[in-house]
Amino acid sequence: MLQRIRSACAVAMAVALSVTPLSAQETPQPGGALNMIVQPEPPILMVGLNTQGPTLYAGGQIYQSLLTYGKDLEPLPLLAKSWDVSEDGLTYTFTLQDNVKWHDGQPMTADDVVFTGDKFLREAHPRWRLIANTYVESITAPDPQTVVFKLSKPFSAFIYSFELSSFPIIPKHIYEGTDYRTNPANQNPIGTGPFMLKEWKRGQYIHLVKNPDYWKPGLPYLDELYFRVIPDSASRAIAFEQGTVDILRGGDVEGFEVRRLTGMPDVENSVEGWEMYSPVVFLEMNLKTPPFEKKEVRQAVMHVLDRNFIVQTIMFGIGQPADGPFAATTKYHTDDVPQYPYDIEKAKELIAASGVNPGDYTIRLMGLPYGSQWDRLAEYVKQQLEQLGFNITIQAVDPGGWSQAMSDFNFDLAFNFTYQYGDPAQGVARHYLSSNIVKGTPYGNNVSYENPAVDQLFAEAASSTDPDEVAAKYAEVQQILVDDVAMAWLFDMQNVTLWRPKVRNLIRTGIGLNESMDEVWISK
Amino acid sequence: MPEGDGRNMKSLDFILRRLAKAFFVVIGVVILNFLLIQLAPGDPAAVMAGDAGAGDAEYLAQLRAQFGLDKPLPVQLWNYLSGVLTGDLGYSYRNQLPVLDLIMDRLPATLLLTGCALVFSLVFGILFGVIAAWRRGGVLDSTIMFGALLFYATPLFWTALMAVLLFSIKLGWLPPFDMETIGANLTGWARVKDIAWHLVLPVVTLGLFFTAIYTRLTRASMLEVMGQDFIKTARAKGVPKGRIIRRHALRNAFLPIFTFASLQAGQLVGGAVLTETVFAWPGIGRLMFDALLSRDYPVLLGVFLITAAMVVLVNLIADLLYRFVDPRIEQGA
Repeated sequence: MLQRIRSACAVAMAVALSVTPLSAQETPQPGGALNMIVQPEPPILMVGLNTQGPTLYAGGQIYQSLLTYGKDLEPLPLLAKSWDVSEDGLTYTFTLQDNVKWHDGQPMTADDVVFTGDKFLREAHPRWRLIANTYVESITAPDPQTVVFKLSKPFSAFIYSFELSSFPIIPKHIYEGTDYRTNPANQNPIGTGPFMLKEWKRGQYIHLVKNPDYWKPGLPYLDELYFRVIPDSASRAIAFEQGTVDILRGGDVEGFEVRRLTGMPDVENSVEGWEMYSPVVFLEMNLKTPPFEKKEVRQAVMHVLDRNFIVQTIMFGIGQPADGPFAATTKYHTDDVPQYPYDIEKAKELIAASGVNPGDYTIRLMGLPYGSQWDRLAEYVKQQLEQLGFNITIQAVDPGGWSQAMSDFNFDLAFNFTYQYGDPAQGVARHYLSSNIVKGTPYGNNVSYENPAVDQLFAEAASSTDPDEVAAKYAEVQQILVDDVAMAWLFDMQNVTLWRPKVRNLIRTGIGLNESMDEVWISK
Repeated sequence: MPEGDGRNMKSLDFILRRLAKAFFVVIGVVILNFLLIQLAPGDPAAVMAGDAGAGDAEYLAQLRAQFGLDKPLPVQLWNYLSGVLTGDLGYSYRNQLPVLDLIMDRLPATLLLTGCALVFSLVFGILFGVIAAWRRGGVLDSTIMFGALLFYATPLFWTALMAVLLFSIKLGWLPPFDMETIGANLTGWARVKDIAWHLVLPVVTLGLFFTAIYTRLTRASMLEVMGQDFIKTARAKGVPKGRIIRRHALRNAFLPIFTFASLQAGQLVGGAVLTETVFAWPGIGRLMFDALLSRDYPVLLGVFLITAAMVVLVNLIADLLYRFVDPRIEQGA
């Protein structure tokens, strides 16, 4: 008995309906080159070995995953045309698309998927490795078109493990038996995507060209993609204004430039296409460091930070004030949680109730090394906490220094943001599970939050196969975490994509511009 | 032994001794850089685990073993030095390419930019300096010195942005960034012209600061020389002013300019990070900066090594050339 059956036709229809009405009425025109910016320049394009944003952006045109996800986070077919989940939630059976070939002409089969999940990613991909080692009992290929994942225990978020950054399909015939990190194919990536690498002039551009044997007949529409390397933010804005590039992705230019550019004529913009990632920005308070082990102090921090001010003034109105650990666009989010409105007097009362004398503490505040907005955020938080009487020292770090300090738990207060990957079990639980108080990553439970009730609720929600039960558990866990102020959640980050109107059908799914651009076209 | 042979032997001896010194200086720099880099917090494994969005002790250990970071520091240093001595600058695990390939890929663009900027600043700096000295106290002198002071004091990135704003955006005369027109697939002479066109703004921006220095240096040096007795004698003999400046004054005033030019030439490899950033110039400065952010030690060390070798080499050449600039200087004395 199958719990869910997805047919390619039904979902393809859903995708077709989700595109903008303008382009839906028009006949796509083939041909043309699309110019984009990749920032910073990725070190490699092999998405199995590097899952940074720039690598996924360019590499997402070369490599593909089994599934992708709609803006409503519904799983959609990609290299898998359909999938079944057994009623006990322990068996996932994927049927692959027909006639998929690697860029070197070899057929892509279920063996490649087994190799990807069992060997390549288990060794080289820390997120998949965590999921595989915890839940996956076996991955088998009963025939060349079918892959079966058997789990040792149910995992309600397992279906969200098959997105590009989590599970890109790797060619077995190229990587098997080699040192993955030094394989020459990393420089000449072989994928199944709509575009193939033609030339990479480091420091200048990455040039991809149409894959003539692409498995979707008649696609892609575009002939060429250029990902240009323009290191300076002001120069990137100029490149868009002058028409050198057709698209600006979230983060390509500073917030104040986004506001200016969206006001220009002939510029389209949208915050869609990030639903799968839904990054939440938070202030991590090291619970092992006095005075943040006291709940009242953490609650005071929430009250003293005006999240509306942060979004409207520091982030130029781009974002949504956060009310808890789950982004508003992530599944199972609830706003039925304790509220911490901006209230300095209340904050002072809480500090008094905690018995803490703020003047006794000199607290390090580690900023994020990503530009002027993050500097302003650190200055604002310092200023606000000083109103409570704390002495705050801002630590300026570069990405390497930040990574190291976070990984070693060597911080008092630190900003961070992480992707949620569609389901709390994928992207949220990792910050609060006591089993995840493990040094070595900036993206675990770095504040050392320990609460057996939270551990249990996350575990029960992850292993339940009943969606209502899952929702109830997650609602309860949000209430506990927000009451405890396990972190100071500041805002749900939004990323604005800007593009010229001639570019059609650009943002189609919840992974936005990382999606294969096979159906993007240019109106001439 | 004929006198000429004696001088040649002396020169050869000088060159050999300087080369030996240079070798040890470069090795010293390599060792120092290797040790200094360890002081920075973070290592490539931590950064890569961070990039991957997760990680655990086992994954970090696996990466560290692959990078050779799990070995004791003296062993890492010895392995690196042995590699350097055989021409192997290591492997960038982040870029998954040999370091030498990465550097050689980017070096020509930087040398083209900084070389052109050196020539530009020397030519215009000396020209303006001579004119200012020639017209000392006049309007031309004041104008030139005002301009020199202005460009000496203006931050490079600001000059660059203003140049882009004026010449690319307002006037549309010059391309704002890139080394060539991407997607045009030009070849031969058309490509040379295209690159030259893209070179104008970055070269002028980078060159203006040095032009200002050369202008001030040339003017001061010229004024000092022109006050000396042999110039007065030449004037008394009725030698035309232009000839006095070219043949007598400038030649004698050239020594400090030459010394400064050799210092600038030492920065040919690593001196253009800002200009390369603003103008999206695909040079070694950006490679170095990206490597720094990602703690890509082998690439950083490789760039430092090439930069140090360049400084040492240019100094050596400058020392050898002093005798031609001013024959009164006896090398090795």
